[in-house]
Amino acid sequence: MLETIILLAKIWAVLLTLVSLAGLMTWVERKESAIMQDRLGANRADILGFRVIGLFQVMADGLKMFFKEDFVPPTGHRLLHTLGPILAFFPALVTFAVIPFGSTLYLGSLVIPLQIAQLNIGILYLLVFGSFSFYGVVLAGWSSNNKYSMLGGLRAAAQLISYEVCLGTSLVGILMIYGTLQLNVIVDHQNQLLFGFLPAWGIFLQPLGFLLFLPAAMAETKRVPFDLPEGESEIIGYYTEYSGLKFGLFYFAEFMEILVVSALIATLFFGGYHLPWLYEEGFHFPWGGAWDLPNVVVAMIRLATFFVKIAFFAWLQVLIRWTLPRFRYDQMMRLCWKGILPLAVLNILVTGLILLLVNR
Amino acid sequence: MVVSLNHYLVLSAILFSIGVAGVLTRKNAIIIFASIELMMNAVNLAFVAFARHWGDPGGQIFVFFVVAVAAAEVAVGLAIIVVLFRQKETVNIDRVNLMKW
Amino acid sequence: METAFFLLFSALTIFCALMVILQKNPLASVLFLVMTLFWLAALFVLLSAPFIAAIQVIIYAGAIMVLFLFVLMLLNLKAIEEGVKPALKVTGVAVALILLVVAAVVLRSVPIPANTGFSRSAAELGSVESIGQMLFSVYLLPFEIASFLLLAGIIGAIVLAKKDRKP
Repeated sequence: MLETIILLAKIWAVLLTLVSLAGLMTWVERKESAIMQDRLGANRADILGFRVIGLFQVMADGLKMFFKEDFVPPTGHRLLHTLGPILAFFPALVTFAVIPFGSTLYLGSLVIPLQIAQLNIGILYLLVFGSFSFYGVVLAGWSSNNKYSMLGGLRAAAQLISYEVCLGTSLVGILMIYGTLQLNVIVDHQNQLLFGFLPAWGIFLQPLGFLLFLPAAMAETKRVPFDLPEGESEIIGYYTEYSGLKFGLFYFAEFMEILVVSALIATLFFGGYHLPWLYEEGFHFPWGGAWDLPNVVVAMIRLATFFVKIAFFAWLQVLIRWTLPRFRYDQMMRLCWKGILPLAVLNILVTGLILLLVNR
Repeated sequence: MVVSLNHYLVLSAILFSIGVAGVLTRKNAIIIFASIELMMNAVNLAFVAFARHWGDPGGQIFVFFVVAVAAAEVAVGLAIIVVLFRQKETVNIDRVNLMKW
Repeated sequence: METAFFLLFSALTIFCALMVILQKNPLASVLFLVMTLFWLAALFVLLSAPFIAAIQVIIYAGAIMVLFLFVLMLLNLKAIEEGVKPALKVTGVAVALILLVVAAVVLRSVPIPANTGFSRSAAELGSVESIGQMLFSVYLLPFEIASFLLLAGIIGAIVLAKKDRKP
């Protein structure tokens, strides 16, 4: 009984945090674009004259979406048209279940792992729901009964499928090194030290893997430089026929995907919730010296570390989005099939070779 | 009621029969193809049920191979349908009688 | 608990499977097939085979059904006039029913040997480790052959679907 309550509390906390962070991302996006374009940015929305660096813009955006007409094309498919944004939103929401956001918490006799589900299949669970986001996009394109929407949906289908292959292969190296699919075990492995001082983060063990994973994951979020399915400035994409909250849901799903990708990057390549040299009992510095801390404080520091990492990578993705222009479609496909994929396979081979030599 | 191996096998048989009915009664090549996938999955279910019954992962590995074969089969089969559609402008299998005289 | 889940999932599976063969529009049919596969994956999880369930959704729903959808959209296929004769329909359903009866008779009359010895715990059975170990030792040759089959599938699909270039 108590376990169920704790589990529900964890789910509730994660969902609430995720949704509010995704809402906050709209503000980050506006501010970042303003900074990049030398504007002041979202600073008009106010409540009784208070502006709070444009944070009310989030609410204004939500309200605007809420009061718009919900339009379904008369010749479109009503049910699938509604299902599209839901199917796009749902996978991003549930993928967080396997991501460990903190170390185990000991409260008296209670042992609470700060992760919703410790699954044996770990990363595969993420890929399962990653493959589901495809349906939302394609059904949205098809059910609008609009040539341009459908072409956008087809572009999205080809892009998502291609980059999912790259995403999977670029992760194999890291799975080989840690020998598991469970994310909490992967994270714990990363708290060891290399050469006595360097944290054994995935980025140091799999630098190429990270460089291949980042573009593949960004392509899955369908944002600039990979925004060909959407093409907001000219090509017209799969959600052309959407308005109101359904349109908002697509946008929201996009921001959630950014958060999922940053959490994944942090978990797999940057030590997850681990701060270098911080262990269960406290800090142990490589130059000698220790600083003992109670378990609760350590857990809180780790939680905060994870959030800082997520925030950093979310910011990095927004920065990339406002820096680069869009790829041409053939360039994007070439990058996937002739760039990332062969390099990922090479990465697997080299990793296997090194592992063989080291473990001999 | 305790769920036993037989329950899963009955479910598998029902799914397989539905697949057979689909193949026999439909004329749309895509739907026939989908029915074949249905039959394959009925078999997969039986394999996984047996794997648990005997505590042997061999059955699950067989599912792995069935999925691989299905992937290859679908890739080629759908390519054939695409070519067929280009030639005949239809996916109705009654209109495809090249081998008949 | 397991019984309730089994009943729920199997009812949903059978319903979606029926809809696959009853729908006029191929797109709806394919979408119902995706749902069937998803409920089957849920049944696999009940059968303590989480890895196979994941494979099922990633490859079947995430790749194979995507191909179906892609072809449907590419050819812009709508429901076609099938013109199935009622006699054929009745025969088809009858054959399927006879098959079901035969399967039931076989199931009743042939005893399935009980679990003999080499049992593993439920968690160990479907884990990635145990499957991986068997796949790369006992089933190594079939695994390699499967990779060749997939290669042949890729080449075959490209050769077939490629448009003839006029010289």
